[in-house]
Amino acid sequence: MVEAIINGLSGLTTGFQHLFIDWRNVIMIGVGGVLLWLGIKKNCEPLLLLPIGFGCILVNIPLSEVMMQDGFLKVLYDAGIDTELFPLLIFVGIGAMTDFGPLLSRPSMFLLGAAGQFGIFLTLILALWLGFPMLDAVAIGVIGACDGPTAIYVTSKYAPHLLGAVSVAAYSYMALVPIIQPPIMKALTTEKERTTVMRYAERPVSKTTRILFPIVITILGGLIAPKGLPLLGTIMLGNLMRESGVVSRLTKASENEIANVVTLFLGLCIGATMSGPAFLKGQTLLVLALGFVAICLDTVCGVTFGKLMRLATGGKVNPLIGAAGISAFPMAARVVQKEGLKYNKRNHLLMHAMGANAGGQVGSVIAAAVMLSVLAGMGLI
Amino acid sequence: MSVEVRAPMPGKIVKILVNVGDLVGEDDELLILEAMKMENPIFSDGEGTVKEVKVKEGDAVKAEEVLLIIG
Repeated sequence: MVEAIINGLSGLTTGFQHLFIDWRNVIMIGVGGVLLWLGIKKNCEPLLLLPIGFGCILVNIPLSEVMMQDGFLKVLYDAGIDTELFPLLIFVGIGAMTDFGPLLSRPSMFLLGAAGQFGIFLTLILALWLGFPMLDAVAIGVIGACDGPTAIYVTSKYAPHLLGAVSVAAYSYMALVPIIQPPIMKALTTEKERTTVMRYAERPVSKTTRILFPIVITILGGLIAPKGLPLLGTIMLGNLMRESGVVSRLTKASENEIANVVTLFLGLCIGATMSGPAFLKGQTLLVLALGFVAICLDTVCGVTFGKLMRLATGGKVNPLIGAAGISAFPMAARVVQKEGLKYNKRNHLLMHAMGANAGGQVGSVIAAAVMLSVLAGMGLI
Repeated sequence: MSVEVRAPMPGKIVKILVNVGDLVGEDDELLILEAMKMENPIFSDGEGTVKEVKVKEGDAVKAEEVLLIIG
């Protein structure tokens, strides 16, 4: 009887006994704690970092069955990540939330949204040079899209073993955009360029244009890069629902209930890929480093293109707006506004930067779609 | 000579920081304009006395609309 009780009680200590068998799990429980701290205390992307951090803790508790066959996170992972469904549902919500008006009123801003994607391709080349296999390099390069769902979509499809590292890099660096971008913006511009005032005059965009935009982009983009059609199609579907104004129930559900539920599931699943043995590798550090390089290169390319636009327009463009040509919306545009005001208190760049930022959002999806279609053309995927 | 302070972009006036008769200097913060869910400070273009405040808190304004006059 006593022995049975002791055996029973020892069952309660099994987890503790296993805790230090693999030190990597202990470290990752700490990493999960850091992600929770960043989300809760520092307000860094809390909607994602909180479930990611908690998922990370759940999967690293010894004898945890959450990612075993029939474990609840495994069920979610198979249903939403393996099938690429979660990032696509998030995209419907993003499309429903995004106002492409500032971009449509100044289509030239789309060029900055395209320039801000060069970091993807430069990082892809760098990763290949460092010896990563082609599909891993593609997933790493896509961190430079500065767009979480795009990175998750591409990685889960072509390099699922890197999903944890790529997702954490993508979302962490997105949260760090206000810290990463300003020094690069300053280093690449002269004081005269930074203080250039860009006046904003409202140019109304007709409802027809707003409705046609998602339809035309979907058809054209789909024809050019069919591999990326799920990404492009879902963001444009959400935007069409918003701009049509006739399905407000669906639009509201997409940007609230659906996006919220999927964000929770997505975050938990990403955290669940961060088990110690799978995550704590030299390769992960390299992925995180390359992701950082990708976002720096995006900023460099965007600002440099802004300088070219300044040349072409005879000095009318403030090149700082080029930094907004990435997908981190509207954070990058806000960074540009703050930096513009820092150098000249009458320099409100927000609306111009919003145009470039909306261009970056479409640009990142198109860049990923083009890359996938090129690889498919080369027979690599 | 009076100076017109204009809205640099469309948005909503969320806070007016000066009253008619206040003395303001160049680069003083006059009001807060919310645009794209971001609060943006609007600074004075010159020195002088606030002669007229043409908007009130909560007003929606268009780009280039006159917000206040400094004389």
